[in-house]
Amino acid sequence: MMQPEQASLLAGEESAAPRAIESAGGKSDGPAVILRGLHKSFGSQIVLDGIDLTVENGETLAVLGRSGTGKSVLLKLIIGLQKPDSGSICIHGQEITILHLDALNEIRKKMGFLFQQAALYDSLSVEQNVAFPLTRHTNMTEPEQRDRVRELLAEVGMEGDLKKMPSDLSGGMQKRVGLARALALDPGILLLDEPTAGLDPITSGEIDELILKLQEEHDMASIVVTHDLQSAKTIADRLALLQQGKVQIEGSFEELEKSGNAFVAEFMKRDS
Amino acid sequence: MNPNARIPPRWTSLDASRVALPMPSTPAFVWSVTNGFLEWFGDLGLFAWQVMRAAVRRPFEGRELIRQIDEIGSKSLPLVALAGAAIGAVLSLESRSSLVRFGAKSMLPAALVYSIIHETGPIVTGLVVSGRVGAGIGAELGSMKVTEQIDAIEASGVNPYKFLAFTRIVACILMLPLLTLAGDFCGVLFGWVAETLVEPVSFLRFINQGFAGASFSDFLAPTLRTAFFGLIIGMIGCFQGMRTKGGTAGVGFSATSSVVLSSLFVILADVILVKFILVFFS
Repeated sequence: MMQPEQASLLAGEESAAPRAIESAGGKSDGPAVILRGLHKSFGSQIVLDGIDLTVENGETLAVLGRSGTGKSVLLKLIIGLQKPDSGSICIHGQEITILHLDALNEIRKKMGFLFQQAALYDSLSVEQNVAFPLTRHTNMTEPEQRDRVRELLAEVGMEGDLKKMPSDLSGGMQKRVGLARALALDPGILLLDEPTAGLDPITSGEIDELILKLQEEHDMASIVVTHDLQSAKTIADRLALLQQGKVQIEGSFEELEKSGNAFVAEFMKRDS
Repeated sequence: MNPNARIPPRWTSLDASRVALPMPSTPAFVWSVTNGFLEWFGDLGLFAWQVMRAAVRRPFEGRELIRQIDEIGSKSLPLVALAGAAIGAVLSLESRSSLVRFGAKSMLPAALVYSIIHETGPIVTGLVVSGRVGAGIGAELGSMKVTEQIDAIEASGVNPYKFLAFTRIVACILMLPLLTLAGDFCGVLFGWVAETLVEPVSFLRFINQGFAGASFSDFLAPTLRTAFFGLIIGMIGCFQGMRTKGGTAGVGFSATSSVVLSSLFVILADVILVKFILVFFS
């Protein structure tokens, strides 16, 4: 049944939005993300066919699967860039599929998103990219913003590249800056879309270590979409394997290894 | 090498007549084109509605608006001034020979000023800006779309319709009339220069003769008409850019279609608005 708060948000009352952050966007005792019966199709192609997943606060879930199984779509549904055909998405107890844009934007401020190609704004410098969420969503003065940007870039080891443009950075450096931007508003949930895709094994390892370090420091719930089983083993507490739009199996790496599931065995064999 | 190996047959252009291609019938083709045209207008209407809804909500993105005013206004000024100057000089030289033939040489300054202010200045500015700015907006937003930068803006809780589209559209609306005035000024100035090279005349006398019969309303309606051109250029550029699909080919298509469609609609709007101005302002 719809809560009164949800009903007021649906009705488009601007004043209801700040209340929604207090109760929904911030960390709560319950799970950070709950997905129930999530369906998504593009035309006749069924991409997600009833996904059920739960991510607890402070937990890291790695979503694995073959190309085209809807892993990236899943992340875009969670942050509201796409709408599910049916099903429920709860972020810190707040159902987001029924929210109007203003309230959804308040929830989005509590989530960080690292895109597959980092998606840095190519007309802005590294410093301006990381400052982008701060200038729009905080009341920080310019010196405070500068300090925060330096602090974030130092966390990802990019403090010496403030004035560089995204086109001057390598793939790994762009991912680092993308991570710094995703962490700018100190989110409770971090969504990572293929954080090591297109990187050499050494840089992939560095990015994995960086993600682990940031998770420990920020105590966030994270969902990592990846093809890279080694990376998933390193950074995730739990793994979920998608096949034909459904969660084929989920559990720890060891549980998946011992499951005897043919698809899991094939996936692990190909990756090893 | 296997001596029995056979090179597979290859199709050449000469074989084209043997290939049966499914050709759509004429009614199906007409229906498909009409449907695509109406769908495009429907999508444009929805896009305009999203932009208007975003426009009335805080924050108003003043800093980005100023950046776009600089990008669209001041960076288009040299091109608009050059186009205005060239048109003024050509009009002066061409009109002179016609007017001399009919014994109305003294009418040259007035004919030049009237022609530039009423029609040539606004339409040339509209077309020049639709070429430079339309392509720029279409390509920039198209590139942002295919590299997920627009998704990144949305994911960070910022409305891209306001941050990207509204600021560019407003900058176009504000800048087109000012650029038109600059183009008009250069046109009149270089019209005088061209006339002076043939038959020396003082600038003050040229201006006095040119503006003798002109009133404020002669300036107002044609110049403000270009604000509507700005709306068209900004709206179509942003719309085509933000609906880009595919990779670099999609970006190229967005840039080209932005220029073609905005130029086409500027010309159509010019025809309609000229009639409108003649009815209401004459």
